[in-house]
Amino acid sequence: MYAFEYHRPTSLDEAVSLMVNAEDGALLAGGQTLIPTLKQRLAQPSDVIDLAAVPGLTGITQDGNELIVGAMTTHAEVAASDLVRATIPALAELAGQVGDAQVRNRGTLGGSIANNDPAADYPAALVALGAVIKTNRRTVAADDFFTGMFETVLDTEEVVVSVRFPKPQRAAYCKFPNPASRYAIVGVFVARNGPTVRVAVTGAGQSVFRLPELEARLAARFSPDALANVMVAADGLNDDLHASADYRAHLITVMAKRAVAAASGSPAD
Amino acid sequence: MPTTITLSVNGRPVTRTVESRTLLVQLLREHLGLTGTHVGCDTCQCGACVVHLNGRSVKSCAVLAVQADGAEVATIEGLAAADGTLHPMQEAFRKHHGLQCGFCTPGMVMSAIDLVRRHPTPTERQVRTELEGNLCRCTGYHNIVRAVLSGAETMRGAGDPGAAAAAD
Repeated sequence: MYAFEYHRPTSLDEAVSLMVNAEDGALLAGGQTLIPTLKQRLAQPSDVIDLAAVPGLTGITQDGNELIVGAMTTHAEVAASDLVRATIPALAELAGQVGDAQVRNRGTLGGSIANNDPAADYPAALVALGAVIKTNRRTVAADDFFTGMFETVLDTEEVVVSVRFPKPQRAAYCKFPNPASRYAIVGVFVARNGPTVRVAVTGAGQSVFRLPELEARLAARFSPDALANVMVAADGLNDDLHASADYRAHLITVMAKRAVAAASGSPAD
Repeated sequence: MPTTITLSVNGRPVTRTVESRTLLVQLLREHLGLTGTHVGCDTCQCGACVVHLNGRSVKSCAVLAVQADGAEVATIEGLAAADGTLHPMQEAFRKHHGLQCGFCTPGMVMSAIDLVRRHPTPTERQVRTELEGNLCRCTGYHNIVRAVLSGAETMRGAGDPGAAAAAD
């Protein structure tokens, strides 16, 4: 690991000001991606700014029909939260599948979405649920937040504060994990709200994306059968040593059917 | 820039000056001589370095020592009683031969104790899922799972030394 200056600010303003003044600052949330990256010398920040002591970034609260999850809330906390389990159980299920138990004890919602790994789980939930991300400067809809591989709309001096999740009528997440890393080879999050269905896919492309054709079919009939014979185009999908683009395209339909089955309580074929 | 940190390790206060880039596992092994916590990989995947940080299992190779400033850390060395009586989970690993070469064992035991504190009556499936972050290259998982299930039973019955400290 290259040397860096470590800071533990005690307010959001101080964290932002440290980022502004750093030559090349990096925000540290749970550190489950950043620290392994630093160990491999794949990054060389001049300053590492730890958000652990910044107040107001953790916790899960309910506001009417929405859940608000603080950016520094760990995956383990979301997975074990009675409030999340009662309101959006699919979100708790997803959080309980991130990495392994030790990663979930450290890794955070804000860190995951700010990093936007193409195979991360949370981006699929945010996009399918129509979540809204609150930063120190603005609010951004999840549809506009994730812009590319490891890219988001966040500016350098911008810090994720919380995420607001509307409660869906029905939702489920189904992923085919890489058995070594447990990142998604393909993960599909399906959410239904009245006549609207949103289908978000992670692991298969450069960044999370929606599938309008699947959404339209499921809006007409919310059943795994509605996706029978649907072929997702493999063009542009990830193609690597873990899975070919064709295989990922096939998995998208399979995971989508399973997610719909889980969300609707009907059996998948 | 070196930073002076103070933390509790196995119930004892420790103050050391470390570099920002020093990992918690380096602090434990190289500064404090607690070599029971192992390093089995360079990629934060193997789980041999699992310790408890404020009561929760973490990979000490994926935490900076400076992040543990003010925290309570428990390692494998802190589990047994002063008279040498093993923690019920250690005893279960011994009794069920939940190890072959033993390299992964400290991490397995620390993960297993955190698992049982969260799920006092785990199913075999839960044990296997919860141990996903701990790799055994002797492929000894069957006996490890047996050991964890047995250790869980003993912890439910005879109590869990250290649980009160973890809950603080």
